[in-house]
Formats: sequence, C-alpha cells, structure tokens
Amino acid sequence: MEPPDTPGQRVYFGNHSSHLDFIVIWSALSAEERRRTRPVAGADYWNRGAIRRYLADRVFNAILINRPATDRSAASASLSVAKIAEGMGQECSVIVFPEGTRSTDGEVQRFRSGLYHLCQLKPALDLVPVYLANMNRILPKGEVLPVPLLGRVIFGAAMRLHPDEDKEAFLERARSALLELKDK
Amino acid sequence: MIAFPESILARLVGGVLLLLVIASLAGFALSRRSTSDKSRATIANLNARIRAWWVMVAVFGIAVSTGGIGSIVLFALMSFLAMREFMTLAPTSQIDHAPLVWAFFLFAPIQYILVGMGWYGFFSILIPVYAFVAIPTRMAIAGDTVRFLERTATVQWGLMACVYCVSHAPALMTLSIPGYAGSGAALLFYLVLIAQLNDVMQYVWGKLFGRTPIAPSVSPSKTWEGFVGGTLTTVGVGTALWWATPFTPWEAAVMSLAITLMGFAGGLVMSAVKRDRGVKDYGTLIEGHGGVLDRIDSLLFAAPVFFHLTRFFYEP
Repeated sequence: MEPPDTPGQRVYFGNHSSHLDFIVIWSALSAEERRRTRPVAGADYWNRGAIRRYLADRVFNAILINRPATDRSAASASLSVAKIAEGMGQECSVIVFPEGTRSTDGEVQRFRSGLYHLCQLKPALDLVPVYLANMNRILPKGEVLPVPLLGRVIFGAAMRLHPDEDKEAFLERARSALLELKDK
Repeated sequence: MIAFPESILARLVGGVLLLLVIASLAGFALSRRSTSDKSRATIANLNARIRAWWVMVAVFGIAVSTGGIGSIVLFALMSFLAMREFMTLAPTSQIDHAPLVWAFFLFAPIQYILVGMGWYGFFSILIPVYAFVAIPTRMAIAGDTVRFLERTATVQWGLMACVYCVSHAPALMTLSIPGYAGSGAALLFYLVLIAQLNDVMQYVWGKLFGRTPIAPSVSPSKTWEGFVGGTLTTVGVGTALWWATPFTPWEAAVMSLAITLMGFAGGLVMSAVKRDRGVKDYGTLIEGHGGVLDRIDSLLFAAPVFFHLTRFFYEP
C-alpha cells in the first residue's frame, strides 16, 4: 500500500528495532507530508549531548517525551501524551513507536498505552500502521555500523479508536494491524 | 601477433552496440505486432530488458575502456550490491551483526584491493581461508548456537559467490599472457559477453522451442531445447571471436563452451537458492531483470573457472 498523500493529521505507528526506523518511515513519505510529520522520541536519549540535541531540535523537529522506562508515574505518562498532542497542533502528523523502546529480537512487543490516551485526546486522528522489515538486522540495538541489507517499509490502512473501545482491546487491535503487514 | 590491443576492445564493443540496435528494432517491431495481452506482457518485459541492456553495456563499456581501475571499481560495486541482495535473504539473526559488517566493509574491499594489486597468492585465499576462519569464530564468540552451521555457512557462501567468484572477472586483467600484453580488458569483455550472450540465447531458444524442463522444481524456464540451442549459438559466436582472445579458434570453442556450461550452472544454482528462500528475484534494481544478482548469476561460476583455465594454460 502506498503511503497516504492527502492532507490530514495522522499517527504513523511502527515496530521499533533500530535507530534508523523513523528516518526510514520519513523517507517513504511524500516531501509535503514529511514536512508536517514529527517523530516522537525519548528525551533521555536525545537530550544527551549537544549533537543529539541539535539533531532532535533542528533537523528532525522531534517531540521529546519522558519514556516510561525512566519515569513510570501516571502523571508523567499523561504529561507525555499532552506534549505530543500539543506538538501536533492543528496540522502536524507524528511518528510513534508504541512499544516504547527498541526490540532486541525483531519481535513486536506489547504496546504501551500512549497511543490509546492520545486518541482519547484527539479521537479524529487516523492511525496508520507502518511495518519495518529487516531493520533489526540492518542496525540492531547496541551496534554503531549499519550493514547495507535491503529493508522494507509497508504501510497499512488507516484505523481509528472506536467510541467506547476498551484500552486493551484497542491496543491489541492496533498491534495486530501492524503484525498483519509483516507478510504483505 | 596482435598489434593494436585497443582496437580489439573497440571492435567487441562496436559489435555489441550493433547487436543492441538490431535487438531494439526487433523489439519495436514485435511490440507493434503483438495482439494478445499475454504476448504484450512478454514483449514489454523483453523491451524493458533491452533498454536495461543499453545502460549495462554503456556502464560496462566505459569501465572496461578505462583499463584496470574502472573495471575493479565496477565489479567491486556489483559484488557489494549482489552481496546485499544475498545477505538480505540469509537466515542470520541480529547477533550476527559483526560478521556481516566484516563481510561488507572488510573482506569485500580487501579482496578487490588485492585483485587490483594483482596479488594472486593472497586474493585467491583471503575468503576461502581467512574469512572461513574469522566468521565462524566471531559467531561462536557471540554465543548463539541455534542454526549455527546454517548461519556461518550462508555468510561464507555469500562471500564466496558474490565477492570471491565475481572478483575473478576483473582479475583476468592482471594475467600476463605472452603475445597478449595490454589486452586483459578485451579478455574480460569476452568473458562477460559470452556469459551474458549465453543467458540471452538460452532465453530466446527456450521461449521459441522450449518444451522439456531440465529441473522443473528449480526453474521451469530452463529447458533442454533452450540449453542446447543457446549453448551451440553462444559457442559459435565465442569461436568466431577467437581473434579477440589469446586462443586459437579451437581453443576459443572449448573456452566458450566452459563459460556457457558454468554460466548455466551458476544460473541454476542461484535459482535453487531463490526457491529455497521463497523469492522470485533477488532485487528490483534493474528493470525487467530483477536484482544485480539475477543478472550476474551466470558469471559467478564462469569467472573463476575461466580465470583459472586461462591462467593454467596461457600464463607461463
């Protein structure tokens, strides 16, 4: 499926196994869509050091949030979701990785609940699953040099949070929508 | 015996260009005559292939005419792209990252540097000996023993096929054959021309008369009719081009037979690998042809065998 190319606010949610993931999704979007799409990334990683801060701020225009791994409190989580919603404004789309951190074995882990809370704040968002194939072999967690294997970006059909949908059911539905793309 | 080495290469390239003009005209004529949807699709694929041939011949012609360095760089690049396609299908896991980095950024470049230096004693053992030792050792240190043999063997096989074998094509330019000095580029062009012509001829004969598949479970399009017709045609052309080589006409016939048989073997084996991994093509880089590895599969076995036959019989 082609990446979407009509105006509208979207959440691209992908499986996460490599530092290159959001750049790969970005590069698959149209130039116009890319300009209004911001990656959501962990503040603990991207605020470390001047170069990373510069890249996150100026180059990627990232929305930096505190990850549950560093602060598990409910207050911190809802602050993060509010920050994403604020960063999206009225026109921006975002790229998120609902697993919260990179997978170490290429499998898609359990989704964290941020995606659900974001949809509660902004129910009209289109959620687009994006499956990234082979990225865990190209640049696995803990490695510095990528190997030049071929990867694939597979976009799925947009979905939305149903009214009255339960959190767990919604997160499971989103995760299955992503996993379905694996064999396409 | 040969007075103007450059003119040999120029005549070979000229001949190929003439062939392409004829093929393009024939493809154009066919596209105007085709009526059914199926034949239209076949002709469209044929014309895409012919267009890609123009580009490939231009790139290869320019590289070869620069003498040594252009060919080394071109074949190194092809090895790199081919290995990329191969390793993508290899069943390695992310714990095998280091050996893969070594394959791409250590063994492949060193192999081509050694070929460029003409250091036969080292480039002929770098991958069969040193990579063979280094890769499983590194994987054993990483500690994952699940499918260990399959993982090490696949990485080693990819290096052998995509880098070691392919590098023997430009290595032809490092041979010093009496009476044939300075014509290594023509010999390289001869090898590639015969191997690729064999692919085309087997395809054409197979499309026209192919009935009996040789190994239907591996490649239904490879037939005995295509094999015999293609081999005879190609050996005929290879013999007629003896003046471009250090060989007599009879020797040229035997050498081009060796290239066609090895070309067929390489294509068949690489098809079997693709079936095993469940894909039709290795990549999508070359329109109508698939990936780089799909295009050079016939060179994999032909290059080292042709290199060693020539080295054994013609280098004092």
